Amino acid sequence: MTSEAANTAAGGSTATGTGADTIVDVGTRGVGADVGRPDGVPKVQGRFAFSSDLWADDFLWGHTLRSPHASALIRGVDIGPAVAMAGVYAVLLADDVPGCPTYGLEHGDQPALADGQVRYVGEPVALVAADHPDIARRAAEAIVVDYEVTEPLTDAEAAPTAAPIHPDGNVFREITIRHGDLDVTGEVTVEGVYEVGMQDQAFMGPESGMALPDEDGSVELFVSTQWLHVDREQIAACLGIDEEKVRLTLAGVGGAFGAREDLSLQVHLCLLALHTGKPVKMVYSRDESFLGHVHRHPAKMWYRHHADRTGRLVKVEARIVLDGGAYASTSSAVIANASCFAAGPYKVPAAHITGLAARTNNPPCGAMRGFGAVQTCFGHESQMDKLAAALNMDPVELRLLNAIGPGDRLVTGQLITGTFPTAEVIRQCAYAPEAEIPLSDDRRDLPGGSGRTTDAADTVRGTGFAVGFKNLMFSEGYDDYSSAACRVSDGVATITCACAEVGQGFVTLAQQIARTELGVDEVILAPAQTATIGSAGSSSASRQTWMSGGAVQAACREVRAQILADVAAEWGVSPDGLVLRDGLVVSLDGQQEALLAQVTAGAGYEADVEYHHAPTEALDENGQGNAHVSFACAAHRATVDVDPDLGLVRVRDITTAQDVGRILNPTQAVGQIEGGIAQGLGLALMEEIVLDDGLVRNASFTDYVIPTTLDMPDVTIAAFVEEPEPGAPYGAKGIGEPPTISSSAAIAAAVRAATGQDLPRIPIRPADIALG
Amino acid sequence: MPDPYSLRVNGVDCEVADSDIAESLLFVLRERLGLTGTKNACTEGECSSCAVLIDGVLTCSCLVLSATAAGQEITTVEGLGDGRDGLSAVQEAFVAEGAVQCGFCTPGLIVAVHDLLEANADPSDGDVREALSGNLCRCTGYGRILAAVNTAAEAKRSQP
Amino acid sequence: MSDVVVARSLDEARGALAEHPDATVLAGGTDLMVEINRGLRRPSHVVGVAQVPELRDWSIADDQVIVGGGVTYTEMMTTPLADAAPALAQAARTVGSPPIRNAGTLGGNLGTASPAGDTLPVLAALNAQIVVVGPDGERRMALDEFVVGVKRTSLRPGELIVRAEMDRPTGRQEFLKIGPRNAMVISMAGLALVADHDARAVRCALGAVAAGIPRARDAEAWVSERIDWDNGAGVDDSVADEFGQRVAAASSPIDDHRSTAAYRRHAIAVLATRALKRAFAQGDPSDA
Repeated sequence: MTSEAANTAAGGSTATGTGADTIVDVGTRGVGADVGRPDGVPKVQGRFAFSSDLWADDFLWGHTLRSPHASALIRGVDIGPAVAMAGVYAVLLADDVPGCPTYGLEHGDQPALADGQVRYVGEPVALVAADHPDIARRAAEAIVVDYEVTEPLTDAEAAPTAAPIHPDGNVFREITIRHGDLDVTGEVTVEGVYEVGMQDQAFMGPESGMALPDEDGSVELFVSTQWLHVDREQIAACLGIDEEKVRLTLAGVGGAFGAREDLSLQVHLCLLALHTGKPVKMVYSRDESFLGHVHRHPAKMWYRHHADRTGRLVKVEARIVLDGGAYASTSSAVIANASCFAAGPYKVPAAHITGLAARTNNPPCGAMRGFGAVQTCFGHESQMDKLAAALNMDPVELRLLNAIGPGDRLVTGQLITGTFPTAEVIRQCAYAPEAEIPLSDDRRDLPGGSGRTTDAADTVRGTGFAVGFKNLMFSEGYDDYSSAACRVSDGVATITCACAEVGQGFVTLAQQIARTELGVDEVILAPAQTATIGSAGSSSASRQTWMSGGAVQAACREVRAQILADVAAEWGVSPDGLVLRDGLVVSLDGQQEALLAQVTAGAGYEADVEYHHAPTEALDENGQGNAHVSFACAAHRATVDVDPDLGLVRVRDITTAQDVGRILNPTQAVGQIEGGIAQGLGLALMEEIVLDDGLVRNASFTDYVIPTTLDMPDVTIAAFVEEPEPGAPYGAKGIGEPPTISSSAAIAAAVRAATGQDLPRIPIRPADIALG
Repeated sequence: MPDPYSLRVNGVDCEVADSDIAESLLFVLRERLGLTGTKNACTEGECSSCAVLIDGVLTCSCLVLSATAAGQEITTVEGLGDGRDGLSAVQEAFVAEGAVQCGFCTPGLIVAVHDLLEANADPSDGDVREALSGNLCRCTGYGRILAAVNTAAEAKRSQP
Repeated sequence: MSDVVVARSLDEARGALAEHPDATVLAGGTDLMVEINRGLRRPSHVVGVAQVPELRDWSIADDQVIVGGGVTYTEMMTTPLADAAPALAQAARTVGSPPIRNAGTLGGNLGTASPAGDTLPVLAALNAQIVVVGPDGERRMALDEFVVGVKRTSLRPGELIVRAEMDRPTGRQEFLKIGPRNAMVISMAGLALVADHDARAVRCALGAVAAGIPRARDAEAWVSERIDWDNGAGVDDSVADEFGQRVAAASSPIDDHRSTAAYRRHAIAVLATRALKRAFAQGDPSDA
């Protein structure tokens, strides 16, 4: 099973090359071309192995018993009834965690299994392995946990002064940005309080994986994750064994969007496998998945914008409170992002921004596409519209007047040295021709859809605009490098990189890069695993195109140099006069050429590189510093039809422009943009984890609703704004997150325009409009 | 436990023995018959990633008690390929139009689009959206999927 | 009896249920299998009725439509049944997704007896009689006798839902439903309204806003006296608005994770007003 799973899981490795010894034109299959995914065919055939599809001889099913309480002491656990059940092989508790009892991405404050106390609904308490999933579930139900329920802390604003609910205290991070002359005031000020609900990533493929124990005490784990190596580090610590004894291979990942950056079942699977000596598989149910991963932080934000009478921003004041839930996850980085980007992509001479990420007994929150920038974008864009109204100014002109760009400084004092074409992105989106969208008689196009609630005459139309931005890569001094290896033999390139393919299309890009750099057509992608290559960093923060793309590019270039040096020596020419093209080594003077397949026959040219971005700095006590590597922005214009009496909304069009640096694969870029906008639409109108005193009320796809084909409009991409980013491989910026950042704000603005209401909270619920 | 029974899947009779009474068709396909193309995203009929055809009817296999499907003709994504390189027109269109990202919803969509185009060779945009409104996708925002359906419909119409 | 019986006739189903009155009756599976998959229900015996031909029968008479318990939502949406009971078709079209509508049945919607069951307000507004058969023979009852609480019915052990017999009034029928998105939703509030020109009566029933499926009888009586039945002219806005308020008074909604009581009450008033206006609108009914 192992090797087959590994091969398929890595993406099929089904490069459809025409053979190593054939001369082909790779010009259409390299960087910039519309190349199809290498895993596309197995995925449409149902042959692609996801992490829930794994199988091994004599394997067991794992199941997790979770806390039903948001806050409780555990007075005792009786596993006797579970152990006694036929078919049960193991029942494990916190005491069975042999190594470090806790883990965490930034702070190791989260117990692998609850020890004496539970701090959120869904916290893992016990593990079961059995020979049938239903037996495992029944055994978990048979475990008797004696809880002493305590009052949960559910208000993030109250958390800093409340009694600590964890030894590390209730504050994950407080951050203050003081920039410019804080005594200035504007001739015009606008103030608002805004709120963002708790969104879930709701990827389609639930958490799942399989662990296989080895006799030497090591363990092999096939799992869907965003970052293999950081998983390994945390798993090994909890297991109390060397990292070399934990070997991870990426199994097919059914979407991620941030939810797989933290551990979920990784330690649990390994514990059960090592304990039973058998392969153990776990697949979360959908309900469990909602409890089993972090969510987007809910936010409460107060803002005051100051401007002069011409509309120039003078100062921005903001207070941002994020509810981090029970454990740290990435809260400290999310609040930094939320604070650093709180003023939006605008020139702001003075800013006083405070951010707090607090611990509560709500579900833990961490990474989700947009990572803090989504929440504050809703705040700053709501404010910009309010300011435009106060100034009696066109909201787009106000944004253009203040748009940030190269040579300007962020509120963190950082000078923009790369590309940052905010004004062009705004212009391209806002001034794109408006599509003719007739008011439909087809109820499927109207608010309420198939529910037949609404006639065309019951609707009003509105258009809204928003622009947002965020950083690419990790920040504040973190060196999130990537590693890649390239090998060329017999004219075929093999790329090894541990970059987690989560659907974004890195596998396509890696092949394109290798083709462009090496002039080959056939590019094999080795499995992404910890044993064969160093860390690629996380598939998050819009960073893999740049970081792992950069690593693959560098590895290929190093191999190319080796090949050209050898050929140059043989031909007695300078390597500078040689190129790799179309499966050939060619001299630029056209005098000599050789088949790459012959040159590299049996040879094995290879290189293994680490790629680093330019270093960044920590923020100082005033929140000042060159903390970020690069930035990307996008703008969205939304057109909506609203049924104000019922509070129902149908989005009719989203037009967008995005700062992309350079497009490396047009179709994949479109897919990222459309998909990111759909998640923004969900946050604007329907997606929210509903909590009641820490209890999750809607942990299912029945009640946590995400957009369907009848909710998502056609997306009009007005422009890819292509200004190559200095220092980025091929000038390309990551494109995954910006579509999600300002789309929610644009839709909210459109609903406001249609209804004339304030609507300071997303998601906008029907009652907010109808009874607002 | 139900008596051993036989499922006819993609034209092949498959014996199912020692199963638990509560097992869904989805579970049996995936875990007992090794047909993991049918996906398990919600097990409550809210995402259609487990869609199969049962006697030609589009069905969420998670909501079928497996033993009750004995004697019926079950078609899964694995049974849909034909044409060039073993890909159906629908599968080809999904690959060509970039309708696949993570791919977890893809098998269910492939089955649903086959079903749609069988019934309606030239569906309107509204028809397509309504027919696929139960197929949740979290990656694509549906744009490339809808493009693929159009491409597949055109390809099928142009076939002799 | 085997643990799982797939009945091929009504007699076979009755026989299996007589043998195991505690057996779980499985129709389309769209509700029951969710509970089984979650481990909330572990049946010891199952009687599958999806392939019982008698239950899949339906018939249309001048003044009555009879729909078997095994008729699927997709079938309800299909001509000629859809033309004979338009509100039933409209409701069916809002249930879940196409594969759910292919599997889910009228009998299943009745058996689950959720206040949010989409066909139930239609059955109530069409004065449906629910016919069940059991060890003691056949029983028939109105919907409010059948649904006795949230997910509670008066079905006795060993009984099977056979069919619903509903009126076929001459006027228009409307079903409207609110959910949190434009397709595939659980009802936050739903309403069925039918205009019975022969009886000179408007009938209106509500979903997802009470423990059962209330008929807005006071509002029905009030508005039925204010309709110009002879001339078929439209309804005054003021009448429609007041009708909405009166219908809302028949609701007793709650706050839950799907919505609030205040919104539901408000929404019912809006839906009732719109449904009434549509039912008495001039010209062809719009039914996109």
